[in-house]
Amino acid sequence: MGASETYVRGRRLASEQPFALVVGLVAIWLVWFLLRGLATGNVEFNNLVSYAWDGLMRGLIIGLASIGLSMTYSILNFANFAHGDYLTSGAFSGWAVTYLLAGLGEANVGSLLLVGAGGSVFGGTLGVGITTSPIAVIAGMIFAGVGTVALALFIDRFVYRPVRDEGGITLLITSVGVAFALRYLIVFVFGTDVRGTTAAGSVPELSMFVIDGSVKINAHDITLAVVAVGLMLGVHLLLQRTKLGKAMRAMSDNEDLARITGIPTEQVVRATWIIGGGLTGVAGYMFVLWKGTLGFNDGWLLLLLIFAAVILGGIGSIYGAIGGGLIIGLTASMSVIWIPSEFGRAAAFMVMIVILLFKPQGIFSGRTTA
Amino acid sequence: MTDTDEGSRLGWLFDSDPKLLIAVFGSIYLAYVLAGFAFGYTLRGQLNSLANLTFYVAVFGMAALALNLHWGYTGLFNIGIVGFMAIGVYVTAIFAKPPVAQGGAAQIGGFGLPLGVAMIFGVLAAALAGLLVGLPALRLRADYLAIVTIAFSEIVRFTLMSRTFQSFDVPNTVFGVDLAADTVGLGGGGGLILNHLSPLEALLRALYLWDPYLGFVDFVAANFIANNPKPVVDGLAYGLVLLGVVGIFYWLLTWTGESPFGRVLKAIREDEEVANALGKNTNRFKLKSFVLGCALMGLTGVLWYSGRGSITPPSFRPNITFYIWIALIIGGAGSNTGSVLGGALFAGLLYEGPRYVKNLVEAAFDLGDGPGSFGQAMAALGGSLDPVPFVVYTLNSIGQLRLVIMGVTLIWLMHNRPEGLLGHRKETAASIDLSRPERAEPGGEAAATDGGEQQ
Repeated sequence: MGASETYVRGRRLASEQPFALVVGLVAIWLVWFLLRGLATGNVEFNNLVSYAWDGLMRGLIIGLASIGLSMTYSILNFANFAHGDYLTSGAFSGWAVTYLLAGLGEANVGSLLLVGAGGSVFGGTLGVGITTSPIAVIAGMIFAGVGTVALALFIDRFVYRPVRDEGGITLLITSVGVAFALRYLIVFVFGTDVRGTTAAGSVPELSMFVIDGSVKINAHDITLAVVAVGLMLGVHLLLQRTKLGKAMRAMSDNEDLARITGIPTEQVVRATWIIGGGLTGVAGYMFVLWKGTLGFNDGWLLLLLIFAAVILGGIGSIYGAIGGGLIIGLTASMSVIWIPSEFGRAAAFMVMIVILLFKPQGIFSGRTTA
Repeated sequence: MTDTDEGSRLGWLFDSDPKLLIAVFGSIYLAYVLAGFAFGYTLRGQLNSLANLTFYVAVFGMAALALNLHWGYTGLFNIGIVGFMAIGVYVTAIFAKPPVAQGGAAQIGGFGLPLGVAMIFGVLAAALAGLLVGLPALRLRADYLAIVTIAFSEIVRFTLMSRTFQSFDVPNTVFGVDLAADTVGLGGGGGLILNHLSPLEALLRALYLWDPYLGFVDFVAANFIANNPKPVVDGLAYGLVLLGVVGIFYWLLTWTGESPFGRVLKAIREDEEVANALGKNTNRFKLKSFVLGCALMGLTGVLWYSGRGSITPPSFRPNITFYIWIALIIGGAGSNTGSVLGGALFAGLLYEGPRYVKNLVEAAFDLGDGPGSFGQAMAALGGSLDPVPFVVYTLNSIGQLRLVIMGVTLIWLMHNRPEGLLGHRKETAASIDLSRPERAEPGGEAAATDGGEQQ
C-alpha cells in the first residue's frame, strides 16, 4: 500500500503542481552542487560566508529601500518607476552634506557641494568614513532622509496628485517621466562621473577565520546593519503602535471606504511618502557609504532589484519587503557559486519572474502593512 | 469624431489624418532645412542632416507602430522592447557575419549567410523570444507584465555583455553538414563588428539594382557633390527604404487592426472578461498579438543597427524602450497614423531637435567655451551675476537635458493629453460607414444617440 500510495501522490503532485515539483528539483540540484563543491574543495567555506555576508548587506539596503516602494504601490496603487531615482537623489543630497562637513576649509565649497564633480575633490583625501568623520556621515545620512522626503512630497503634490484618479498605468507612465527628469537633472548638476566617496584604506576591518580562510567585515558593514535594522524596527513600531498603520491598511484595501469612515486619506498618503521617502533616501546614502562609489545610475540599477523584493514579499507588506529584500540580495550575491558572476542580477530577476508567474501575491502572501 | 470647428484657421489641417501627417512631416523637414541654411551648410551637409532625420523618423515610427500593436490595440504593457530589438540584431549579425580565419581582425565570425536570410532568422528569434516571454507572462496584470518584460530586456543585456557567451568554437561538421563558421558568439562587452554587407547594399543587390545605383552615385558625383558622395547618397537612400518599411508596417497593422482578429484585440483591450465571455480565447489572441509585435520589434532593431559598423550591449539600455513609449504616447496609443506621427515628432523635436537648437544658438551668438562643470557655471552666476557661463553650460549639457525635456514632456502629456495627438481609441466595430451625412440636422441639435440620458 505504501509504495503505490506514494506513487499516486507523486503523480498527483506532478499533474497538479508541476511548478512546485520543478522548484523542488532545482533546489535539490542546487544543494547537491553546493555540497559536492564543499566536499571537493571547489567551493571554499570562507567564500560561501563572504558571499552570504555581502548578500545580507545588499539585502538590507534593498529591504530598506523597498519598504517605501511597497507602501506607495499598495496605497496609491501604482508601480513607481522613479523610486530608484529618489534613492540617487537621497544619496547625492546626503553626500553633498557629508563632503561639506568633512572638507570645510580644505577645499572650495562649490566642489564639496557638488560631491567632487569632475574630480575636483575626492572623498578619499577628505578622509570620509564612519570612524574618521562620524559627524559628517551621520549628518549626511539624516539630510539624505530629510531631502528625499521633501522631494517625494514635492513630486507627489505637483506630479502625481493631479492624475491620482486616472489609474495605475497613467501614474506608472508619469513616474517614468519623473525618473528621466530626475536622473538627468542630477547628471546636469553633478555630472556623469562615478566618484569614490570614502577613504577605503582607513576603514577599520575585522578579519575572521572561517575553516579555510578569512572573512572580512568592515566598519561600514556594521554601520549599515545597525542603521537598517534600527530603521526597520522603528517603522515596525510606528505602524504597530499608532493608528497610522491601521489607516494605511484600510486605505490600501479600499480608499473610498476609508474616506467615508473618516480616515484623512490625504494625510495618510502624505505620511506614506514621508516614511517611504525617508527610508529610501537613507538607503541610498547607506548604499553609497557601503560600496564606496557614487554615480547617477546607482538608484536606477537598483530599482529592478527593489521591485523584485517588493513583489517577492507581496505588495503592501513591509515585512514581506524586508524579507524579499534579503532573499533578493542573497540571491544576487550567492548565485556566483552556481553561475558566472555576471549573471548575479539576472538570477535575482529570474527569481522575481518565477514568483510573478506562479505566486503573484508574493511568498508572504496577503496585505499586511504593519 | 468629426471636427467641424470652422472658427479655427488651422482647422483644415486637423480634419483628416493624412493632412495632419503631411503638415507635421512638412514642418519638421522645413525646420531642418532652414536650420541647415542658418548653419551655412553645403548641399552635402543639408542632405546629411536630412538623411539623419529621416533615419530616426523612420525607426521611431516603426518601433512605435510595433508597440501600438501591443499597447494600443491589445493593451499589453511591454517595456522590454529593446530586448527584442537586441535579439533581432544579434541573431541577424551571427548569421550574416562572414566566417573568419583564425586570428583575423574580427575574432568572432558568423555563418556567412546572405543578410536577407539572416534577417529572417533574427526576426524569428525575436518572435520566439516573444513567445517564451508571452506564454507565461500574458496572464499577468499590466504592471506585472511591465516588470517582467523590463527584467527580461535587462537579462538579455547581461547575456550580451557576459564573458560566458563571448565566443564559441563551432565544430567543423554538425550532423554531417559542413558549416562555414569557426567561431560565433555574442562578443561580450566589446560587442560585434558588423563586417557584413549593409542592409541597403544587400537589398539593392538582391533586386539587381546595385549597378544602376552605383551609376547614380557617379552621376551625383559628376553634378552635385564632387568629393565622395556615396555616404550621403547611401544615407538618403537608406532613409527612403526605411520610410517604405514604415509604410509596410502601417499597412500591415492597419490591415490587422481592421480584421476580425484586430477587433478581438480591441475588445480585449477594453474588457478582457467580456471578450472571454463571448467565447474568444483571449489568451491565444494576446499571445499572437504579442509575438507579432515582438517580431516587428526585432525587425526594427535589425534595420536600426545593422547599418552601423558595430554593435555593443550598452546600445540596448532600457532608455530606448522609453523613447519608443514617449513617441507612441505623443502620437496617441491606438492610432497607427498617430504612431507614425509620434515617431516623427519625437525624432524631430525631442531626439534630434535639442542639438539643433544648441547649434543654432551657438551660430547666432558667439559664446565661446563655457565652464566645464555646474559649479563653475553657478559661481559665475552667483558671484558676478553673469548668466552667460550658465547658459553656455546648459547648452553644452543639452545631451543630458534632452532626457529631462523628454521626462517633462511625458509628465505634461499624462496630465493634459493622455490620449496623445490622435489617440481616438473609440473605433466603431461596424464594417459599414456610420458617419452622419453633413446636411442631416438643419435644426442644429443632433438626435440623442445615448437614449437621452444626458438631458
